[in-house]
Amino acid sequence: MRSEYDVVVIGGGPAGLAAAIKAKELGMDVLLLERREYLGGIPVQCVHPGFGLHYFGEDLTGTEFIHRFIEKFRGMGIEHYTNAHVLNVVSRSYWHKVLTVVTEEGLFEVRAKTVIYAAGARERHAFEIGITGHRVAGIYTAGEAQTMMDVYGVMPGKEIVIVGSGDVGLIMARRFTLEGAHVKAVVELMPYPGGLTRNVVQCLEDFGIPLYLSHAVTRVEGNKRVERVIVTRVDENLKPVPGTEEVIECDTVILAAGLVPYLKVIEKAGVEIDPATGGPVVNSYLETSVPGIFVAGNALVINDLVDYVVEQGEEAARGAYEFVKNGGLPSLRWRKLVKGRNVRLAVPHYLSDTRDTIVYARVKKPEENVVLRFPEIGKEVRLPFVKPSEMVRVKLRKEEIARAGGRITMEVVGDE
Amino acid sequence: MKTRVVIIGAGVVGASIARVLSRYENLEVHLIEKAVDAGMGVSKANTGIIHPGHEDDPDRYPLRAKLCVRGNRLWYQWTQELRIPAKWPGELMVALEEEDMKVAEHYLELARRNGVPGVRLVDRDELLKLEPNVNPNAAGALWAPTAGMMSSPVAAVALTENAVDNGVRFHPETEVRGIRVERGEVKGVETNRGFFEADVVINAAGLYADKISAMAGIDTFTIRPRRGQYYIFDDDAGPKVRRIVHQTPTPTTKGVYVITEMNDGVMIGPTAEDLPEDAKDDTSTTREGLEFVWEMAKKLVKGLPPRKKVIRTFAGLRPEPPDGRWIIEAYDDPLGFINVAGIRSPGLTAAPAIAHYVVEELIQGKLDVKLTQKSSWNPYGRGFWFKALPREKQAELIKRDPAYGRVICTCRTITEGDIVNAINRMKRMGVKTISLDGVKLRTGVMGGTCQGAFCRVRIASIIAREAGIPLWKVTQKGEGSEYGIGDVKVLLRGEKDEE
Ligand SMILES: Cc1cc2nc3c(=O)[nH]c(=O)nc-3n(C[C@H](O)[C@H](O)[C@H](O)COP(=O)(O)OP(=O)(O)OC[C@H]3O[C@@H](n4cnc5c(N)ncnc54)[C@H](O)[C@@H]3O)c2cc1C
Ligand SMILES: Cc1cc2nc3c(=O)[nH]c(=O)nc-3n(C[C@H](O)[C@H](O)[C@H](O)COP(=O)(O)OP(=O)(O)OC[C@H]3O[C@@H](n4cnc5c(N)ncnc54)[C@H](O)[C@@H]3O)c2cc1C
Repeated sequence: MRSEYDVVVIGGGPAGLAAAIKAKELGMDVLLLERREYLGGIPVQCVHPGFGLHYFGEDLTGTEFIHRFIEKFRGMGIEHYTNAHVLNVVSRSYWHKVLTVVTEEGLFEVRAKTVIYAAGARERHAFEIGITGHRVAGIYTAGEAQTMMDVYGVMPGKEIVIVGSGDVGLIMARRFTLEGAHVKAVVELMPYPGGLTRNVVQCLEDFGIPLYLSHAVTRVEGNKRVERVIVTRVDENLKPVPGTEEVIECDTVILAAGLVPYLKVIEKAGVEIDPATGGPVVNSYLETSVPGIFVAGNALVINDLVDYVVEQGEEAARGAYEFVKNGGLPSLRWRKLVKGRNVRLAVPHYLSDTRDTIVYARVKKPEENVVLRFPEIGKEVRLPFVKPSEMVRVKLRKEEIARAGGRITMEVVGDE
Repeated sequence: MKTRVVIIGAGVVGASIARVLSRYENLEVHLIEKAVDAGMGVSKANTGIIHPGHEDDPDRYPLRAKLCVRGNRLWYQWTQELRIPAKWPGELMVALEEEDMKVAEHYLELARRNGVPGVRLVDRDELLKLEPNVNPNAAGALWAPTAGMMSSPVAAVALTENAVDNGVRFHPETEVRGIRVERGEVKGVETNRGFFEADVVINAAGLYADKISAMAGIDTFTIRPRRGQYYIFDDDAGPKVRRIVHQTPTPTTKGVYVITEMNDGVMIGPTAEDLPEDAKDDTSTTREGLEFVWEMAKKLVKGLPPRKKVIRTFAGLRPEPPDGRWIIEAYDDPLGFINVAGIRSPGLTAAPAIAHYVVEELIQGKLDVKLTQKSSWNPYGRGFWFKALPREKQAELIKRDPAYGRVICTCRTITEGDIVNAINRMKRMGVKTISLDGVKLRTGVMGGTCQGAFCRVRIASIIAREAGIPLWKVTQKGEGSEYGIGDVKVLLRGEKDEE
């Protein structure tokens, strides 16, 4: 490892690989660091299809998809380390950041003009989602179970209850069934399924797996391993209704209860966090509030499609390129993106008229026949439906952004 | 001939006794534990406070009061020798209302009588200086500067390891099922792994000490479980507290503590729930219990970290004797039998003093066993953490062994080298089953933000490699808690077999 780079990419998942490839293509001096023993991030553990429809125009499995990236990345001879853990990132000045990295070859201090943070997300675990009871064997997050099965070849259990009906939970239900396990229920807190309709049909209905809507797993019981869970109905405020408890016997609980951006490393560097996304506050270069630290992928905002993740990785690389080439980003007047009706989160948080900017957003509740409106700039996009589980993606051209004063509101309204 | 001593239970109490006994030449000491490892009972889940010793009434609980004060002093030395992470921030017993100051005064008086140094009343202004995050409406507090805290899960394993280094034999996965008594004298203990001859049998079986005592014919008491539930927040979540903070006890509740634990996460708890006598394994959490903790803690401090920063909830069980009195006694019938039973809070604090008391007053005193000191005795523990070393040492270690350059638990920065080192030490100590919990106790892996979701599979695969077993057979805490059920096609193959 040398002691100085234009850009150091933290994380070798789709976002990090895409960022490193783009940065190299733009002529930058790149180092990529991945803490696991292999490159590729989450898709390595995804043997199901659904990857790359937008980017490659083909429906690939996670492994096929990421294989293409890894091949390309390797072919470009980009310097990288696996089993490389970034202990911390310190911003010494506007111009340089210092990373401390632990690898099998030693402990390194690396200077970087810019950092692209693409460390992905972590999964919410039992203690965060209000599950009480015994702390016994047989409770796994979906990602852990996937890694056990698809990377290490181990079967977690046979009588399964899945918590969460997002795409991850649905896909895991099918996966377990195909491996010969018995999925007894998928339990969802909300009154509607969290994942795509296609996945509800193909992963649950086709296999006769019951879906409990407006229910929560409130308690896990067992002596050494899970023996049963208590499932309780919840009211409109998502609070368990006493007296509606139901017991499901099982030996395994799989938690697919959502992801949270994993920010440990850059949080200490002082980046500002958006409570709505759980990720950093960024501008349209995907730069955080610490100058020269960019962020992409699930570390920025939880994405449902890997294609968007790749897009963000490339965008962050372009941001880093601007920073390195110009000796910092231009001094600008930023327009704040304001969340209006039925918008739960939206990134980037600040927009500039120097570049076209893709806005990614999620709504609070499902609606049909709506208009996505940016009143200050007079932009409207008609959508047949919106739902919280599916990210809304819309491109704002720089001329459009230029029309706004200090703020740009984004809102979802009925189609009149 | 050597005097043979069997200690039943490798909790912090039994292990402390083992350590003190390991100083002597003319003993053969066996430490017997039914779980896969030391410290997996009561001693694993508690608040970890080294109490100053002003909460025990010397009239009602003279022994507790005495041993707690002495234990506090001994831990200063023991935590350093054994390299158990500890700190000494002092403790504030907060009077939320003006009239609670009277309660505080009562404890000031107890502090004086128990000989606890430095305790005094502080008014609101000083309270807020000592602890800026305390409820600003509090009237004042009792300040006890000798209070400390330690990483208590590691205590019993560190003690046991040190005892073994000094010649004690540790027998995990060995359950005592009977005590042989002949002509009024103990002869040894029956276990699932055979008979252990003994001249002295020490019962330090925690929640089960009543059962063991009954095996020796002394069935005069029962131990009831009193549950305590907790929350732990992520280490990066604030606001935090600087001191150990709790409220003045009332007749109905002792209140909960708000502390910043050794790993830097705020911890709040515990409840005090009396469970039925047969609920000695019920370390489950409940919604009501956790809600109670939340409400109490909210009254005590100005701010708690946000709820979504909770990374763990858990419960422990106190072994409650009748009337709260510790039962530390040697008997004439059966001679050679010693109870160290019902060691409820502050048993962690007092453990070193209990151990000295048992050895000096009961074994040497009452049983009249003459003990000769070893000419050399090693007081030092082996534990260390890669992350706690200075940079140069870290670099050196990686050069010697690249496993220290592979960070496995990224939330807590624990390396493969730390894990392999812990596993090797477990083997040397006599642990038969290298469990995930055993590795967790020693290294702190899986204790951070992700609670093992990222790293558990890697840790299990390191254990599998080092123990020479298939990955799926690695257990959380012994048989019945396997990580998986077989290879990934095991179920499909099973179905075919049935056709
Ligand atoms: C079960 C499941 C099913 C999915 N199915 C689909 C699908 O069908 N179609 C689809 O398009 N998308 C799918 N996705 C979503 C997609 O996988 C993610 O959006 C994408 O992987 C996110 O990429 P990322 O690079 O941001 O994060 P990740 O893939 O998580 O990669 C982050 C990388 O950073 C590394 N890292 C973290 N911290 C550090 C550090 N301190 N130092 C060095 N490296 C670090 C990690 O080890 C990891 O390799 C699925 C996701 C899951 C969990
Ligand atoms: C919620 C809570 C909070 C607490 N907070 C504090 C505090 O802040 N400060 C403080 O000083 N104290 C505190 N305590 C008290 C302290 O934790 C206990 O006093 C202490 O851990 C008791 O240790 P022990 O060795 O007696 O029991 P244990 O740790 O339970 O050890 C007994 C051992 O005996 C084994 N055993 C049982 N039966 C058999 C058998 N038949 N054969 C072989 N082995 C057997 C068990 O497996 C166990 O490992 C707290 C306790 C609780 C529960």
